[in-house]
Amino acid sequence: MKNPVIPRTVLEARNLSIHYGDSAAVSGVSLKIPEREVLAIIGPSGCGKSTLLRSFNRMNDFIDSCRFEGELLFEGVNIYGPNIDPVELRQRIGMVFQRPNPFPKSIRANITWAPRMAGYLGDYDELVERTLREAALWDESKDKLDKSALSLSGGQQQRLCIARSLAMSPEVLLMDEPCSALDPIATGKIEELIRGLREQYTVVIVTHNLQQAGRISDRTAFMYQGDLIEIDQTDRLFTQPAKKKTEDYITGRFG
Amino acid sequence: MNRSQHFQDRFTQRHRKDRLFKSLTKVAMSIGFIALAILLTGILIEGLPWLSWDFLDRYPSRTPSKAGFKAAFWGSLWVIGLTTLMTVPIGVAGAVYLEEYSAKGRFAKFIELLISNLAGVPSILYGMLGLIAFVRMFQPTTDPTTFLGIQVPFGRSVLAGTCTLSLLVLPVLTIASREALKAVPDSLRLAAFGLGATRWQCVRHHVLPSAAPGILTGVVLSISRALGETAPLVMMGALTYVAFTPSTVYDPFTAMPIQIFNWASRPQPEFQSVAAAGIIVLLAVLLGMNAVVVLLRNRAERSKAA
Ligand SMILES: Nc1ncnc2c1ncn2[C@@H]1O[C@H](COP(=O)(O)OP(=O)(O)OP(=O)(O)O)[C@@H](O)[C@H]1O
Ligand SMILES: [Mg+2]
Repeated sequence: MKNPVIPRTVLEARNLSIHYGDSAAVSGVSLKIPEREVLAIIGPSGCGKSTLLRSFNRMNDFIDSCRFEGELLFEGVNIYGPNIDPVELRQRIGMVFQRPNPFPKSIRANITWAPRMAGYLGDYDELVERTLREAALWDESKDKLDKSALSLSGGQQQRLCIARSLAMSPEVLLMDEPCSALDPIATGKIEELIRGLREQYTVVIVTHNLQQAGRISDRTAFMYQGDLIEIDQTDRLFTQPAKKKTEDYITGRFG
Repeated sequence: MNRSQHFQDRFTQRHRKDRLFKSLTKVAMSIGFIALAILLTGILIEGLPWLSWDFLDRYPSRTPSKAGFKAAFWGSLWVIGLTTLMTVPIGVAGAVYLEEYSAKGRFAKFIELLISNLAGVPSILYGMLGLIAFVRMFQPTTDPTTFLGIQVPFGRSVLAGTCTLSLLVLPVLTIASREALKAVPDSLRLAAFGLGATRWQCVRHHVLPSAAPGILTGVVLSISRALGETAPLVMMGALTYVAFTPSTVYDPFTAMPIQIFNWASRPQPEFQSVAAAGIIVLLAVLLGMNAVVVLLRNRAERSKAA
């Protein structure tokens, strides 16, 4: 076993169901995510991966038709409870979206904006350099920090978005298919970054790339039509899945 | 594979249709342009000889050659300037509330419907509203008293005119601002929220700058509308013969379109030319204001792209 001590649970879902209007997108999901784990969520398109991921930092709040049932605990506290400030929650649980969505501002401003809004007290130049290095974008962008972020390529924009999230030093980083717009080289860099993040952060990553899940994650969760079918150590889930559906999916028999 | 089995390659026909529609759009554009050109030439030919700096520095007179535009010119600038100051913050803030803050339920739909209807209400009704609500404040006379440092009722003053025109253009500006806010992609908002920003921080730093060009277009439309309105001002009792310029917001006033209408309705043919000269001034002010806003808009667009 990698961890002889049982690690602290950071996020815990208890019987979580999420509906859009009348249709269920996630039904009765329960799972625990320990500290400093990289958890991959896989499953066919439309099975509710993004919906589940968004519920972890309450980004579903912005979808009017979205209803939430069950409990979601972050550090033991129900984040849908009455005394929770979603703004603070999202500072501690960051999110990288499927499509790169940089602000139409300079590269530097993309990174410094959120820390500035939150009253970051450290050195901003240092922050920009550190996060861009972490996101493997520093070499390409160090000479044009004051150029528009929109002048970057799609893959570079995505790495900027990751750097932007890291600048808030989140405790948990949620990533929704962060590499779907990236070439293999940039993907490799991001994967390396995620492996590095494990030292400090907890990462939940949705991916369609099973090899990627295999390379970077400690555990993998397989979802199908809103249900959490199976969650296990990544190597075990890929080599000896417990459920027939998981096996069918990872061997490419459907989906 | 043989392409012609799968596609009816009617290139000639398709291109002909394309050209046809291009011509049709051109014709549509030309109709508007020609009409405007004829109108403008007519007015310029008639009005230009009567136009001089002196024309802007004289008060109205019974003699056409002595008639001037000063009172109307300054009256309009006062009223429009104040109307802009009053409507832009309220209209934009209202749109921000509806688009960004309020729940998108049935109530919001109802408010939206009301606002669209208000934008279509004939302007003369706003004049009646202005007369009752601002000029008289539901009282039989307009004898002013002071209330909280403000003179009430407003009487036939610049302030009453400003309030009336503000009510008139607020729906237009609110609708235009909402459309501009709607056009801001949600991914931008989600990016900001995902980083732990509050709604206001997101609106202030991302949504409003992105929507600024569209909002400014709405500002142009509403100010132009306010500048050209005659009926509500006449209805609320703006004067038609004024031999002074306002020096406080409680002073009576007249406005350019009122003065132009007054001249145009006189029997002497010379006054028709004076009216044309007035129209030229009105158009110049309109163009000047639009130019300022377009400059602002271009700047907003540049900073958006930068
Ligand atoms: N904003 C929304 N409004 C209504 N229904 C939605 C919304 N977002 C997602 N859904 C529905 O919820 C279900 C789950 O969607 P979700 O986006 O979570 O799937 P996903 O697993 O992330 O798929 P993909 O791999 O294609 O991104 C789908 O059936 C989808 O149609
Ligand atoms: Mg998804």
